[in-house]
Amino acid sequence: MTIEQISIIGAVVAVSVGAIGPAIAEGRAVAAAMEAMARQPEAAPSLSRTLFVGLAMIETMAIYCLVVALLILFANPFAHVR
Amino acid sequence: MIGTHSPFDLPVLFSLGPVAITTPVVVTWALIALLGGGSWLLTRRLQLRAGRTQTALELLVTTLDQQIGEVIPDGGRGYLPLLGTLFLFLVVANASGLLPAVKAPTAHLETPAALAAVVFMSVHVSGVRRRGLRGYLREFARPTIFLLPLNLLSEVTRTFSLMIRLFGNVMSGEFVIAIVLGLAGLFVPLPLMGLELLTGIIQAYIFTTLAAVFIAAALGDTRKERSS
Repeated sequence: MTIEQISIIGAVVAVSVGAIGPAIAEGRAVAAAMEAMARQPEAAPSLSRTLFVGLAMIETMAIYCLVVALLILFANPFAHVR
Repeated sequence: MIGTHSPFDLPVLFSLGPVAITTPVVVTWALIALLGGGSWLLTRRLQLRAGRTQTALELLVTTLDQQIGEVIPDGGRGYLPLLGTLFLFLVVANASGLLPAVKAPTAHLETPAALAAVVFMSVHVSGVRRRGLRGYLREFARPTIFLLPLNLLSEVTRTFSLMIRLFGNVMSGEFVIAIVLGLAGLFVPLPLMGLELLTGIIQAYIFTTLAAVFIAAALGDTRKERSS
C-alpha cells in the first residue's frame, strides 16, 4: 500500500472510531438533562445552559478526531506529493 | 479531490510590502466595518421613548447583559463590552460563510486562534486585577501543590480546545457544504446551510459562555472563600 492509501484508511478509522465515544456521551448527557428538566421545569434555563456547554465540551473530542483526519488527508507530513 | 481545497490553506489576496494580506483578514475587516458602522448608525439618535429599532437593540443588549450576569455574578457588567462584542462578531463571522464567494474567517485556524488568545489574556489579566498577583498565582496550587502542573496544563489545553472547537465546527460545516455541492448540485445543500447557520449561532454562544465561565473562574467566588 502507498502512503496515501494508508492515510485514507487512517482518516476513516480516526473519525469512525472517534465518533463512538462522544455519541454515547452526548446521548447520556441529553437524556439526563431531559429527565432533570421533566422533574424540575423551573430549573430548565440553568440546566440547558449547562447542557449546551457540556455538549460543546463532549463534542470537542469528535472535532479533535475530525481535525486529525483532515490533517492526515491534507497536511500529511509523510506524503511528499503535494 | 472534487474541487475542495485543503482547510489549512491560506489564500493570499495581495501583499503590502513583506506583509501578506490573506482573504480571512480582508473579510474580518469588512465585518469590523459592518459591525462598527452599524452600531454607530443605530446608536446615533437614541431617544428616551424608544422606537422600533431601538427597542430591538435594547432587547439584544439586555439579554447579553443578563446572560453574562448569570455566569459572572459580581462585576459581570464590566465584561459586557468584551463578551458582547465577541458574541456579535462570532455570529456575523460564522454566518458570513453562507454568502456566495465569501469564506467565513472563523473557518481558518488563525481567526479562532487570535480570539482564543484574546480570551486567554483577558482571563489572566482580570484574575490578577481582582485578586492581586500573589493571590491569583496561589490559586494554581490548590487544592494541593502537586496539582500545580495539571492546573497550568489545563490553562493551555482549554484555550487550545476553545480554538479547535470553533475552527472545527465552522470549517467542517463549510467543508460538508462544499463536498455536497460538488457531488449533487446547486440547491441540494440548502438544508445543510440552514443547519450551518444554527451551528454558527450555537458555537458563538458556546465560545462566549466558555469565555465568561473562564473569566468567572479566574475572578473566583469571593463570597465562598470568605465563608469557608
